[in-house]
Parts: sequence; C-alpha cells; structure tokens
Amino acid sequence: MIDMRDLRKDFVVRVKAGRLRREKRTVSAVDGVSLAIERGEMVGYIGPNGAGKSTTLKMLTGVLSPSSGDVRVCGLEPVPQRTKLALRIGVVFGQRSQLWWDLPLGESFRLLRHIYRVDPAAHRERLKRCRELLDLDEFMDTPVRQLSLGQRMRGELTAALLHGPEVLFLDEPTIGLDVVSKQAVRSFLGELGRGGDVTLVLTTHDLADIERLCRRLVVIDHGRVVHDGTIEELHARYGSRRRLVVDLDTPLPPGFTLPGATMTGTEADGHRVTFTLDTIAAGAAVAGLVGAAAVRDLSVVEPDIEDVVAKLYTAPR
Amino acid sequence: MSGTDARVLTISPGSGSRASIATFGALVWSGFRRYATYRQATAAGAFTNIVFGFLRCYVLLAVAAGAPGGRPGGYDTEQLATFVWVGQGLLAVVGIWGWTDLSDRIRTGDVAADLLRPIPPVTAYLAADLGRGLHGLLTRFVPPVVAGAVFFGLREPERWQTVPLFALSIVFAVVGCFGCRYLVNATAYWLHDARGPLGFWTLASGVLAGLYFPLRLLPDWLTVTLWVSTPLPGLLQTPLDVLVERDGPAVQAGLVVLQAIWAMIILKAAQIVQRRAERKLMIQGG
Repeated sequence: MIDMRDLRKDFVVRVKAGRLRREKRTVSAVDGVSLAIERGEMVGYIGPNGAGKSTTLKMLTGVLSPSSGDVRVCGLEPVPQRTKLALRIGVVFGQRSQLWWDLPLGESFRLLRHIYRVDPAAHRERLKRCRELLDLDEFMDTPVRQLSLGQRMRGELTAALLHGPEVLFLDEPTIGLDVVSKQAVRSFLGELGRGGDVTLVLTTHDLADIERLCRRLVVIDHGRVVHDGTIEELHARYGSRRRLVVDLDTPLPPGFTLPGATMTGTEADGHRVTFTLDTIAAGAAVAGLVGAAAVRDLSVVEPDIEDVVAKLYTAPR
Repeated sequence: MSGTDARVLTISPGSGSRASIATFGALVWSGFRRYATYRQATAAGAFTNIVFGFLRCYVLLAVAAGAPGGRPGGYDTEQLATFVWVGQGLLAVVGIWGWTDLSDRIRTGDVAADLLRPIPPVTAYLAADLGRGLHGLLTRFVPPVVAGAVFFGLREPERWQTVPLFALSIVFAVVGCFGCRYLVNATAYWLHDARGPLGFWTLASGVLAGLYFPLRLLPDWLTVTLWVSTPLPGLLQTPLDVLVERDGPAVQAGLVVLQAIWAMIILKAAQIVQRRAERKLMIQGG
C-alpha cells in the first residue's frame, strides 16, 4: 500500500557566515527512510520534534517532492499524480483544518461530496456512520469557526473519510484535545482499523494513541528510522524491565539481595522498596521477599513506553 | 470506514464534464455562502461605497465644470456620474481589494489542505471567487447604483448590445481581477508573507484600474499603453466605459475582447505560477 525506498528530503538553508556573507548549508529532514506498509496495517510514526515525521507525511501525500528516493502510495507516485492520489487517501492534520471556516459543518461535508464526486448513497451511508460514532449531530449546523477543538477534530476525521480513502494519514490528531475527546477519537480510529480496509499512518506525541491503536511502531530521529517493530520489541531492545514495588512492615535486613533483580529505590525509611526484575519472575521475587521481611502490600509496574521512547530520543547518536 | 462502503472508491456515475460542472457549481455556491454569512459586513460595505461615491462624484463633477467644453476625458456629466456610481457598485463585485485568503493560507501552511484535494487550486479558488462575485452583484452592486440614480441621475444605455456586453465584461473583470489577486497572493510561496506585494497591489490597482479617476483623463498614448500592456484597465475601466458607451460600437466590443484576452492570459499565468510553486513548495509548520 505504501512503499518508500531510501526516501530523502534535503533543505537548503542560508546561515550567516560574516557581516554580509551567507553560507548555504544543506539540512536533511528525511535521510534515507525505507518502509513498506501493507493494506490494513495501523502504523504509529513517532519521533521527537523536528525528526522528519511531518516531512515524510507531506511527501507521502504529494504536497512535497522528495529530494531523492522512491515513493509509492496506492501504487501511485504522490507528487506527479497528486490529484489522482487525493481521491484515494484521507489526511487529518491536527494543527490545521481542511474544513471551510465560515460554513456550517454539514455544508462542508456536502461540498466535499462534490469535490470528491462521491456517489450520493455512499456519501449518505458514510456520513451516517460518522454521525453515530462521533456524535456529530449536535453541531452539524454550526459554522466551523464556532466549533470547539474537539468538535472540529471529529469534523475533520469525518471530512477525511467521506470519500472512502484506502489510506488515512493522521498528523497528531489528538493534539490539544481533552481526555474525553481523545478517547472518542481513539475509539473511532480503533473501530476503523478493526475493519481492516483502511491503512492508517499516525504521527503523534501522545504515546497512549500508539499503545491503543498501533501494532507497529516506527520511530524516526534525525531523519532516520531508529526502530521499526512492535512496542514489545521496542521494550525488549531497550531493556525495559518490569518493576516490583513492595511495602514492608519492617525494613529489609541490611545487605539483602534478591538474585535476578536489582534494588532501584528505597523510600520511607526502607518501608517501601522498588526492585527492577532483570531475570527473575515476579512470583519468585515475591517468594524471596516474603522470607526476608513482612510484606504488607506489593504491585508490579509494567514498563512505561514513555520512558523507553525518552531513552530513545536522548540516546547518543 | 469499515464495511463494504470503504473498500471501493465510488465515483458518481456522471463523472466527466457533467460532474465537473456540478463540482464547479458547488464550489461557486460555497463562495457565495461564505460571503452571505457576514450580513452586517455586507451592509457596512455598501454604506461605505455610497459615502465614497458622493465624494468621488462631486470631485469629478467639479473637474467637469472646470474643464474646457465640460467633457473631461470625453465624458459628459451624466456619463461621469454613471461611471462613478456603477464603479462603486462594481468594486465589491470585482473585489479588487481585501482578498488575502491564499497568502494567509500559505503563511499558516493551511494551503496543504488545498493541495490534498483532487481539484487544481486555481480552479477551486476561481470557482469560490465567482461565488463571491455573484454575492457582491446581488448585495453590493445595487445600493450604490440606486443611490446614484436617486441623487444624480444615471445614463441609460442607447445601444441594444450594451447591456449584454456589460454583463460579459463584468465576468471578465472578475476573472481577470481574480487572476491578478492570485498572482499577488502567490508571491507568499516565495516570500512567506505577501504583505508587501499586497500593499503595492492596493495602490497600483486603484490607480491603474480607473478607480481613482477615469483613465481617459490621461494622455491618449498612456491610456492605450496601459490598456494593451496591462490587465488592470480591464478590472474596472473597461466595464464602465462599455456601460456608459464612451466609444463607438466597434471600440466598445473591441475593449471587451481585449479584456477577455487579458483575463485568459492572467488566469494561465496564475496556473503556471501555482505549478511552479508546487514544485519548490515547502509547506510551513510542523
């Protein structure tokens, strides 16, 4: 569905090099990205600010021409065949709008039907579904400029889907949304993904989006892919460990060690201890502890994706 | 969208020219609707046009009174009054000023959404602009013309072909003006902000389209040069000269032909510039 081979985008910037002189310098925003995405996949595309996510998305949608490399979306070359491709993809930008500012939402949808020349029955059917799933009815007649961000985003999602795209690109679709709106957008996208007809490419800084929606995670930094795989693989690769947090009635005896685990924290005068489970299973660790001290309470903490990604972003290159 | 409806892209059976016309029509309607939203602004605009109409009309009539023979630029007083008042009405129809939609969208990066649609941006913007012009014609054209007719008396055309030629000329004026505005706005692709070119445009278009004074007041050689080598007289001066029958029937029709040629050239130029911009395009913002 999407095929990129050694995709690059270089920008030439002029830097001050003296009182009047300016030097040209080439900056690679995307530096040889190769990816293949199959039909029906849901891919999270993440990276720190300025990593090249949006630049990649722009090249995939045909609004920016690559400096070099090969790219195909739905079998089409995005830039030369942009208008053809536009009929087959949907794009949602969290930070900009494709709706008509002055027109009521419903009017925008009608206009999109004409622009994409969608069959009236198919349009009605899709719109009905979006209205149900995204609760659009209460603001269908409100001009877009008067919508709240959450309402607008639901409108944007609908607008991107009314022509039945094969690929949906989402550029930070939950940015700035409140918890409820985020959940609405996520569950809608989840529903969409389960259908298996639409390929989803999602860029975001909210890793909860990814955890809920995407089985595959592509991490990009400085224009290069630094990880391509599942979230579990990411944890395995960066040595994320589960942690065991134990509340004790009496502190552990001095010099206590738990084979296969590392003590990584002590709080409340030794009444709360945290172990990182390196090779030992949680059950065995608990058994080892019960013999050494009176355990009042305990919890096992799953590795945090945010920590892993933060590690990834700040890792020396 | 899950379900069978998403699997195949459904294009309506009437795809082809009929569907293109329907799409274009829908975009025209959207332009109309957008402007119809702001009723108070429309009323305020019409009122301003009338106020400035009085100002311009009295100045020109004073010029006429002082001119030898009382016919400055070959217009009699009735023609001058008609020129001013119909001109005030046409201002909002042609929409010389105040259109910064494209440059704003380039500056903010929203233009990306325009490029993601299956319609060339120039076509989409043109359609919306025709809708804007139609809205102007229905709401902003009539009040100044009525004011002029009530307070000064306007000239009625004597030739049968004047009214159809005038109507055609308005269409070419809107298209030509749209092309010019598009080009000025499109400088933002390279400059990131089109405020400079827009300021220059406001000045140049006001003078050279015949708004501040009829271009016929200038020496003949200059008038002809402007007419032939720039599209600007076609934005206002041509339709007004056609309506007041300033020239004989042949020149009257010839002016509209010249105006049509310029409108097409400018529209083509807008398309070429847009395509060039797309090639070098850097959509701003993350």
